[in-house]
Amino acid sequence: MSKSKLAVVSRRNIITGLASTGGLLLAGCTSKELPPTYGNVLRMGDLLTYRAFRMLLPAHSLAREYTHSDITSSPAIGTTNPADPHQPAFNAEHGPIYDRIRAAGFADWRLKVEGRVARPRSFSLAELRALPSRTQITKHTCEEGWSAISSWTGVPLRAVLEACGILPSARFANFFAYDDIAEGIDMIDALHPQTILAYGMNGRDLTTGHGAPLRLRVETQLGYKSVKFLDRIVVKDEFDDLGKIGSLQNGWAWYVGI
Amino acid sequence: MVAVISGDEVTRSVGGHAIWVRITHWILAASVLTLAFTGVVILMAHPRLYWGNAGNDLTPALLELPISRNYKHGGWTPETTFYAGATPVVSAVRTYDIFNENGWARSLHFLAAWFLCITGLIYLVTGLVSGHLWRDLTPRLGDLAPRALWRDFVHHLRLPLPRAPGGPPYGRLQKISYAGVVFVALPLMVLTGLTMAPAVAAACPWLLDLFGGSQSARTLHFFAFAVLFVFLIVHLAMVLLTGVRRQLRAMTFGD
Repeated sequence: MSKSKLAVVSRRNIITGLASTGGLLLAGCTSKELPPTYGNVLRMGDLLTYRAFRMLLPAHSLAREYTHSDITSSPAIGTTNPADPHQPAFNAEHGPIYDRIRAAGFADWRLKVEGRVARPRSFSLAELRALPSRTQITKHTCEEGWSAISSWTGVPLRAVLEACGILPSARFANFFAYDDIAEGIDMIDALHPQTILAYGMNGRDLTTGHGAPLRLRVETQLGYKSVKFLDRIVVKDEFDDLGKIGSLQNGWAWYVGI
Repeated sequence: MVAVISGDEVTRSVGGHAIWVRITHWILAASVLTLAFTGVVILMAHPRLYWGNAGNDLTPALLELPISRNYKHGGWTPETTFYAGATPVVSAVRTYDIFNENGWARSLHFLAAWFLCITGLIYLVTGLVSGHLWRDLTPRLGDLAPRALWRDFVHHLRLPLPRAPGGPPYGRLQKISYAGVVFVALPLMVLTGLTMAPAVAAACPWLLDLFGGSQSARTLHFFAFAVLFVFLIVHLAMVLLTGVRRQLRAMTFGD
């Protein structure tokens, strides 16, 4: 979840340079349905992990669900307030908007669903709450090494996407937030029954620190895929590295089921 | 540890290292060193170990390691309570800029892990088919006799050690330590590592049961690393003390 984005850029460039000869190792991986390696040997390893996991592991195995007594304390890290200009992923345009809609109790907030769907549309919080809900007590695994078990309540991403009509060519769902963080997942994880858009945590509304008003939960990957402060979902046919606000260009793996 | 020939073993023929042993040894050595280095960098991001399913800065640690500026940092806002009770469930917001190099460290760790797993599998299959694992590495019942083990241990402490040829047959302490690494420590590393992967734990929940949760697996992963690190130090010491040029030549060129 926390990504020291700026610090890794120069090192990444060095590694990219050193590893450019290794680009031949995984020739033929320029498909637009796979994450790019940029000739970087670390990204080739990530790609190998992604392809091997997709080949060897069943697509929709459920992550373990725990009982209420297993719930643990849970730190809030990374962006914990998109309206705070001192936070590293602050966005000067969206930060003040977040401040305004939060002050209004998220009554004006809407989740936009765009891209390769038959009927692009947006959802209010009330409309999302009216869809079938799912509550799951699951473990959040942070790439830093810690984990926390919480109860999450929300609407399955699948239900939201199906309400918009998923086109057969759709391959990826990309998530944009009110801070400068964006992440994408493939349709296998997007349609996973435990992949939900959560508005509740431990029986109450999401706090700002944990991603109010709505966050993604991807239980089969590390915590940083579970984007907080959702603004927009864009469904794509082709892989998109999401530029400077995506994980790849900041030196972080795109697929983190590992 | 490298052969220190004693007693009846002197009379047995010395064959050196087979070519597949030499190739896999050096690939595995490079993988293990990369895994150890990146593993420490990853641990520095969160130098706390736990037992059970989950653990974080707001829950008690089993062990805290003073290996980065993240050690016992106090950068948290006051706690807010989700559930009150004997062990309250709370949250707090982190206000501290932690050390975190996991972007490259994790990816390099897993890249090295692929080399370890694939090479390790080739080693195990070849070792099984060729009989090397059973013939040269598996300790016999007689090798485990405490009196004989103690005699060999004392023998190893006596300096200077006799120069030893590279390759099998191995002494009983060598067999036990090599077998421990090949059959116990490295497989434990791979399995506890996989247990920490969310997609693997979803597909194979028995791994969580086997190790008592993903944080227990992480703690076991660390202690298995510590054991392997001690092995590495002793292994390198024995190479140095029994003729380093000869040992390196034997493991590289086979004679």
